[in-house]
Amino acid sequence: MQAAEQKAIQVTDLTVAYQDKPVLWDIDLDVPPGVLLAIVGPNGAGKTTLIKAVLGLVRPAAGNVLIYDKPYDAQRRIVGYVPQRGSVDWDFPTNVLDVVMMGRYGALGWIRRPGKKERELAMQALEKVGMEAYTTRQISQLSGGQQQRVFLARALVQDATVYLMDEPFQGVDATTERAIVTLLQELRADGKTVVVVHHDLQTVTDYFDWVMLLNIRRIASGPVDEIFTSDNLRETYGGRVAFMK
Amino acid sequence: MENLSILTHLDYTLMIVAIGAALLGAVSGALGSYAVLRRQSLLGDAISHAALPGIAIAFLLTGSKTPLILVLGAAIAGWLGTLLILSIVRLTRIKYDSALGIVLSTFFGFGLVLHTLIQRTGNANQAGLDTFLFGQAATLLERDVLTIGILGGIALTVMLIFWKELKLLVFDEGFAASIGFPIRTLDILLTSLLVVAIVLGLQAVGAVLMSAMLVAPAVAARQWTDRLRLMVFLAACFGALAGVSGTIISSTASRIPTGPTIVLCATVVVGFSIVFAPNRGLVWDRIRQQRNRRNLKMETSRY
Repeated sequence: MQAAEQKAIQVTDLTVAYQDKPVLWDIDLDVPPGVLLAIVGPNGAGKTTLIKAVLGLVRPAAGNVLIYDKPYDAQRRIVGYVPQRGSVDWDFPTNVLDVVMMGRYGALGWIRRPGKKERELAMQALEKVGMEAYTTRQISQLSGGQQQRVFLARALVQDATVYLMDEPFQGVDATTERAIVTLLQELRADGKTVVVVHHDLQTVTDYFDWVMLLNIRRIASGPVDEIFTSDNLRETYGGRVAFMK
Repeated sequence: MENLSILTHLDYTLMIVAIGAALLGAVSGALGSYAVLRRQSLLGDAISHAALPGIAIAFLLTGSKTPLILVLGAAIAGWLGTLLILSIVRLTRIKYDSALGIVLSTFFGFGLVLHTLIQRTGNANQAGLDTFLFGQAATLLERDVLTIGILGGIALTVMLIFWKELKLLVFDEGFAASIGFPIRTLDILLTSLLVVAIVLGLQAVGAVLMSAMLVAPAVAARQWTDRLRLMVFLAACFGALAGVSGTIISSTASRIPTGPTIVLCATVVVGFSIVFAPNRGLVWDRIRQQRNRRNLKMETSRY
């Protein structure tokens, strides 16, 4: 198979339903390697569910997901995941370094504890997100932006090829937003594929090169300059969006 | 000389009882930390209440009061109750707290009915089953303490072996699943450890108040530290402390049930920790507020 045809992520006919209500309907999505893709859509469009379905965290009613031509179970070592910041209790008794080292747990496998090597990798990742001064800081004492950086550092130590991030820009300050954008672009420059659930329509063209418009069904996906049109957006948001291009 | 007379009571029997109470306090304190951090404090309550009919059924089937058999019955019933709660949540639209309430009261009611029936039969052997309601540590024998020591030791060892996995499960379940840890299996493992801790404490503390032994030491320990390792260790110490002091008090005074006494001792520890612990304590909070206010006043008065 030609390298150019290989897909980093390939979603086929994916349908997910909670009880009898469809959350995702017949989704097809091809993500080529090395792109920075934003998943955009209104609340309840199924953005988080799509990411969770790719990660095998929700069971689809139908359809198929492949990461570099293989099912997720065979490829989890090359996939990194940044969950929504609000999905955990930040009052948990632990510190920054410990959380970042959790990114190595998958590679460590059962029972083996993180050691010197894991600590070094975690330190490097913390430097990349500008949090090296906070290693022993209690996680409850972090700001929202700092919490987000810790989660990004945890994904970085996973040393993945494909990254899935759920709203990394949610509620962060301007400095952190810039730092995250720089980091995402570095990842892309290294040939990684990054998929980001994104809320802010204003910044899509600046930050991303690919976009997927989602509202339970896939409205469109592809390069930003082709896909991110007012017609497509109106279809995604049901005409409720005053467009600003 | 009140103290001296208590000390002379520290004979062999009391020592056995105190060791038993310390062990089960330590085991339930350590494992309770996970329940508290997962916001499943009430799960312990459901398990201990659900265990009650198990004791009665085990007695009815075997006619034996051997602790190991009764504990086994309690464990199976507690386990079934927990599975029922989890299945109700998964398969129906009933929420977690309602499922908990339904299972807890149904099993407990069933247990009470069975106990009453057993008492009506006038079986000479039945005396002593009541201790499982409110606990009577004085009934602990050497072999019971041995059972607590061995099973509790196994539970704590399993907890230490899977330390990393359990920590990840409690902190970030979704991430744990994404990197390949089977969270349902880990969930069942953690729940099973809680079941062990609870049924071990039934004889000494009783079904009604056993959950306090899981929750109180952990809540107190959380006040003093921001590290999981230290929290689990402190919770074990607090649990042991409450166990020993409650047992000794209830054993020296006549016919005070042990469960409530231990729980009151644990409450003292919790109260002290909530008020006086550094950083998270109320006193510390007040001092910090006043200092901030004073500093602000000084800052603003300069202008």
